[in-house]
Amino acid sequence: MTIAQVRDILEARVLSGAELLENEVHSACGSDLMSDVLAFVKDQSVLLTGLLNLQVVRTAEMMDMKCIVFVRGKVPDETILSLAAARGMVVMSTGFRMYNACGRLYAAGLVSLEGVR
Amino acid sequence: MSELVLHYEVEGANFSAAGEASSAVKRVLSRLGLSDKVVRRASICLYEGEINMVIHASGGVIDVTVFPDRLEMVLKDTGPGIRNLEEAMREGFSTASDSVRDLGFGAGMGLPNMKKYADDITVESEVGVGTTVRMVVRLDG
Ligand SMILES: Nc1ncnc2c1ncn2[C@@H]1O[C@H](COP(=O)(O)OP(=O)(O)OP(=O)(O)O)[C@@H](O)[C@H]1O
Ligand SMILES: [Mg+2]
Repeated sequence: MTIAQVRDILEARVLSGAELLENEVHSACGSDLMSDVLAFVKDQSVLLTGLLNLQVVRTAEMMDMKCIVFVRGKVPDETILSLAAARGMVVMSTGFRMYNACGRLYAAGLVSLEGVR
Repeated sequence: MSELVLHYEVEGANFSAAGEASSAVKRVLSRLGLSDKVVRRASICLYEGEINMVIHASGGVIDVTVFPDRLEMVLKDTGPGIRNLEEAMREGFSTASDSVRDLGFGAGMGLPNMKKYADDITVESEVGVGTTVRMVVRLDG
């Protein structure tokens, strides 16, 4: 699906990278623990998190992720947004909590690559 | 062919800056035209190590050497050291404080991730002296 579809499914507000919404994403990962995200080297394109600091962007950067979704209506500050923009990532904020946000995307066909080798 | 050498100083107690060295190395490696997978594996290893230097020690130095067939990454700190290495390498073992956990670290997955994604890893540590982590990632991996 496209990042624009992710936005629609999550009824999210795009905070940066609006020009990248037509990019395709195929899998996602939801976590508040960064080493947990880093444990799967496979292509994960979307990171959902309730954590709000620069290391979220760094982690996504190491993993070549294309989109960060902050759940529970969290809105990152300008330093987070500008680093994400410099790394070519879309950042959005959804009012849904983690479980619902992940469930919506999963049901719409955005898979997890956990266990895929 | 001569090797490429990268050197970074990592500040301790600066959580926001943590990862800058790994990010810089990742961009250099990408420009060298290495495969995405190799770059990502090396980046994960380096980033986990860099974060550890910041949250468990007081910063340190990172040296990355790119050889024709492999990357060698050495992270050296003069922090508190690791009392029991075997325990530290175990998934889920962490001494991170609650404040570090609130920042999204402390799952006890860093060293296991490094072990998983490096082709070779050695950790030398002495309590009260410091920790040196050496990792090799082969470029054909
Ligand atoms: N450079 C270091 N200096 C001192 N102790 C360290 C260092 N690196 C790791 N350790 C010790 O080893 C433990 C395990 O490290 P590891 O990276 O696996 O987990 P963590 O950093 O606690 O959590 P995570 O990496 O999942 O965020 C740490 O909790 C800490 O006690
Ligand atoms: Mg760690």
